[in-house]
Parts: sequence; C-alpha cells; structure tokens
Amino acid sequence: MIYPILRRLAQMLFVMFGISVIVFLIFFATPGADPAARIAGRNASPEVLEAVRHSFGFDRPLYVQYALMMQKIFVTGDLTSFVNRGWKVVPAVLDSIPVTLSLVFGAAALWVVFSILIGVVAAATRDSWLDKLLMALGLLGISMPVYWVGEVMNLFSQSRYHDTWLFSWVPPLGYVNFSDDPKGWFLALVIPWITLSILYIGIYGRVLRAAIIESMQEDYIRTARAKGLSETRILLRHALRTSLIAFVTLFGLDFGALVGGSALLTEVVFGLQGIGKLTYDALQSLDLPMIMATVMYASMFVVIANAVVDFVYILLDPRVKTS
Amino acid sequence: MILSVRDLKVSFRTDDGVVRAIDGVSFDLAEGEILGVVGESGSGKTVSLLAVMGLITDPNAVIEGSIRYKGRELVGLPASELRLLRGNEIAMIFQDPMTALTPVYTIGWQIAEQIRAHQRISKAAAMKRVEELLAEVNFPNPHEAMSRYPHQLSGGMRQRAVIAMALSCSPALLVADEPTTALDVTVQAGILDLVRKLRATHNSAVVFITHDMGVVSELADRVMVMYAGRIVERGSRQDLFADSLHPYTRALLGSIPPLTGDKPHRLPAIPGSPPSLLRLPKGCAFAPRCPVRYEPCDLGKPVLGDGSHAAACFRTAQP
Repeated sequence: MIYPILRRLAQMLFVMFGISVIVFLIFFATPGADPAARIAGRNASPEVLEAVRHSFGFDRPLYVQYALMMQKIFVTGDLTSFVNRGWKVVPAVLDSIPVTLSLVFGAAALWVVFSILIGVVAAATRDSWLDKLLMALGLLGISMPVYWVGEVMNLFSQSRYHDTWLFSWVPPLGYVNFSDDPKGWFLALVIPWITLSILYIGIYGRVLRAAIIESMQEDYIRTARAKGLSETRILLRHALRTSLIAFVTLFGLDFGALVGGSALLTEVVFGLQGIGKLTYDALQSLDLPMIMATVMYASMFVVIANAVVDFVYILLDPRVKTS
Repeated sequence: MILSVRDLKVSFRTDDGVVRAIDGVSFDLAEGEILGVVGESGSGKTVSLLAVMGLITDPNAVIEGSIRYKGRELVGLPASELRLLRGNEIAMIFQDPMTALTPVYTIGWQIAEQIRAHQRISKAAAMKRVEELLAEVNFPNPHEAMSRYPHQLSGGMRQRAVIAMALSCSPALLVADEPTTALDVTVQAGILDLVRKLRATHNSAVVFITHDMGVVSELADRVMVMYAGRIVERGSRQDLFADSLHPYTRALLGSIPPLTGDKPHRLPAIPGSPPSLLRLPKGCAFAPRCPVRYEPCDLGKPVLGDGSHAAACFRTAQP
C-alpha cells in the first residue's frame, strides 16, 4: 500500500515539473517576443526594463532563468508584479486560494449528494414520469449558463426580493473569511454554491442514471436477485457501488479544473476574489508573473485532484490494486 | 414432488409481435432428483427455469400456467414473498462465473450477504459458515479465499464460490444453468463431482441445464429434451440414451463423437438451424430438419405423451 502511494507522489512531482517547464518556455522563450518588455508592462522606462532583465536573469542562459523563476515562486515567494506596481504575486495567490476552495468544495458536496440522489431515484423509477421529470430538470440545469443563473440569483436575492422573508438573510456580495465569521462565510457562499453546482448536478445525475441502468443489466445483478436480496439493496450495494467508478473519474477531472480556476464565471458574478478571478484580471493586464504563478497553482491542483481520484479508485475498485 | 410445473407458457411482447419462448412445458421434480434439461441455444431451457425462479424481469414478459414449489403456487406470488424463497429454498448457479459475481466485493462478503439476507445471524457467525462452505466446495485454503476478490480467482474457483453461495442456505432446489459450459474439461469434471456430492449431502433436487449430452449422461436421473420452447422428449437417463424416441434426441446423440470403433470422416450434424420463434411452422417445429418427416408433421403440433418415457412425435411415439 505504501509503495504505490510513494510512486504516485513521485509521478505527481514529475508531472508538475514538466508543466512548470512548458509554462515557463511558453512565456519566456517564445521567439520574437521580449519577456522583459512584457513583464515591465506598457510604456516602461529603460531603467525599469533593465531592472527586470537583471532580476529575472534575462541576460543569462535559459536554465538559469527557469531556476530563478521557480525560486521566486516557491522558495523566496517574492515574485513581483510590475504591471500592478510592486504587488507581491505569491501572497495574492495564497489569499485567493481559500476563496476558491470554499466555493468549489461546497459546490462539490452539493453536487455529489444531489446527483447521487437524482441518479439513483431516476434509475430506480426508470421510464416513469418521475424519471422523465428528473432527467428533464437535469437537462435544464445543464443548459442554463452559470453566469446567467448567477445574475438571476443576484437579481432575486440582492435586489427584487431581498427585502422579503425569503432572501432577507442574504449578505451583500463578496467573501467572508471562515476564521472571522463562520456563519457569515456560510451565508455568503450558499447562493454561489447552488449556482455552481446546478450544472454538475444535471450532468452527474444523468451520467449516474445511465451507469446504474447499464450495470443493472450485468450478470452479477441477476446473481444478486437469485440470492434473494431486496431490490433496494441490489440497487445501492451492487449497481450503485459499481457505477461510482465512472462517477469518480468524472469528478476528479471536473473538481481539479474548478479548483484550478474554472469557477471564474461564478467568482466574477458573486464578487469572490478567487483564483479564477485573479487569473482573469492578470490576463486582462498581461501581468506575466501573475499568470505564471496562477497557472502553476492551477496545474498543481489538477494533478493533486487526479492523484486523489486514483487513491479513491483503489478503494472503490479492487481490480486496480493488483493490476 | 418438490417442484411441479404445469403448462408453463412464457411470451415476450416485441416490436415484431408476441414471441412465445415457452409453450406448454410441464414437468415434475422429486426430492433429491437430478433433472437434466437439454436443448440448443434458444430452445427455452434457461427461460423456463428463470420463470421458476421469478427472475424474468422484462416488463414485456407474460408468464402463464402453474409453477408449484412444495405445493405452493409461485406464478403470481408477490415479489416480496418470492424473494424469501430465492436464495433460501431455491438457489441458482449461472453459466458464466466470470461475470456472475460483483467485482468490487470479496467472495466471503458476497456469500455472507446471502446468508444474512435469510437468517438472523451475526456477521462473525456468517463468516464462519462461509469458511465451512468454501471448504465443502473444495477450496484448498478456505480462510484465505474468503478475502479474495472475484478477479483474483480462476474460472473454476469462481464457479466453486458461486456454488458455495448457492448452497449457503441449504436450498431444497438447486437450478444450475450450464454451470460447466464456460469451464475447461478437467474443471468441468470437478464441478460435476461436486454437484453429485452435494445432492448426497444436502439432498437437494437439482435441475441441470446443459447442451452437453455427455454431462447429462454422467449426472442426470431423468432428462428432458427441449426444442423451440416445447419438451420434445422426456424420460429416465437409461430410456433416453438406450432407446430415444424423438428424431431430434436421436440426432443429438448421433452428433457425439464415438469413443470406440472407426472414426467417422465427419460427425453427423443436424441440417438447418432452429426456427425463429416468430415464424414457427404450423405443424411440428422440428419438421423442417427432420429426417423422418411425413404428411401429418405439417398439419398439427405433436403432443407429448403421458408416460414416464414419452416423445412429442407423430412417427416414433406411436406404439
């Protein structure tokens, strides 16, 4: 058990090293572009350009530049944005991590619980009106763009019906630190969570229903029936259990991407300064150090999420362990 | 009689019309008896026994007739009551041990699950029983085998695990659906020994579905030959092998390679293929392939006689 975990961790480090090299090369070794000019921003004075050149080692070989960059991000943490004068990049990223994690973890909890509920109920009542209704709702959830849902939610909860009993508890937009005010944190995030999870509840509910129905055709379900088990037990312990393998695969990919910044639209709509918003703003102002840092961070989370999924796999499917 | 089936009919509604997969099957099974059910694929042997188990879940299936288990009518019995019989009094072994077990649980867990579905015993007691069962079906190291996952076992071992599971509640009736088909010959012999031994120790009646005449000749007390959803011949093993009445049974026996005498250049085969259940001939379903067909065969369906050895054939069943 220990050895495969260590091997997986080593793989993770290797993949992250590869990503960092590729990202570095894209930004700093693209032919015909002067990275110093881009880091320094528009209309930079020659002195600033010179300082940038020296600080990032652009007068030295490429591998030294790479090492300096990694040192600035991971060791000293003093990578500085020139576009936003003197803004320390690493603390900015670290500050936005809890925001994104709070948003994505909460939404993920919602979507896992509700999509399993919907998938199981729809599969159990296959072809009934309930199944058709749930699947239609799922499709509706998938079809509604998240920024639109978010704006409508804001329209109702912040503006039109804010003064009614229904939405009077909704705090103004923005993030509240969990350590400062747990209740405020929760209230501020409830509506973003729901908004972000609607799409995924739809997708996962539909995928799970299909997977359960497919596994209900398997021979081992007939065996389970022949054993005299109840239909509920057959559905939950046998069909659902084997269907979760596909579910977890999908979850790992989506979760990693969301933590890595794909929750951008939700973050923008609800004024949450998360990692997606940070990357978005950096791209707007071509803030190269900031982009470099956020991309490194995002790739790290995608890789970690994938590794976690692999571990969950081992728990879910004993066939993985031996092969 | 432990099982008594009368005029069982199973039909499926399809887009092309109603398909009658089983058409008027009747048979009896005494305690401790082994009944061999023989027939080609699609002859209805599996479907008729799935009907007995109440395992036909297709909503388009219609089951008519009577299935009495220990005098109790099973057709029309509520699913919840049928469930109490399944796995407890009537157990089933399936054809393909590779796919018959849930891949994500150990075999010990899966067997214990069945025991605990029918008996109020503790987990530890169930596990102890599992170990005994695995020893009974000749697992070399039963305690270790309990914690094995299906994919870690060979096909023969998996089939033993499935048999141990079927026996876990000491069923009075065991239905085995081609349990040896997916296994190689030496493993087959072991499984057949096991079924014979279990009949002796548990006194279970066994319905053994197969298309292998060799297996039937080794194991069965009585034999039932099916063709296109009907029983074409029924009799004791001796009757059937020494003195078969129906041309289909004879043709099946004729296509077994002889062990003695000259080796035939080619094995005799039955010409043609079984008829589609959607377009059954008006007369005898076997008539288009029958070597001794004559006019009455095309006019009506032959009826199976009443005797202990009988065939549904106009030619050969006549005294």
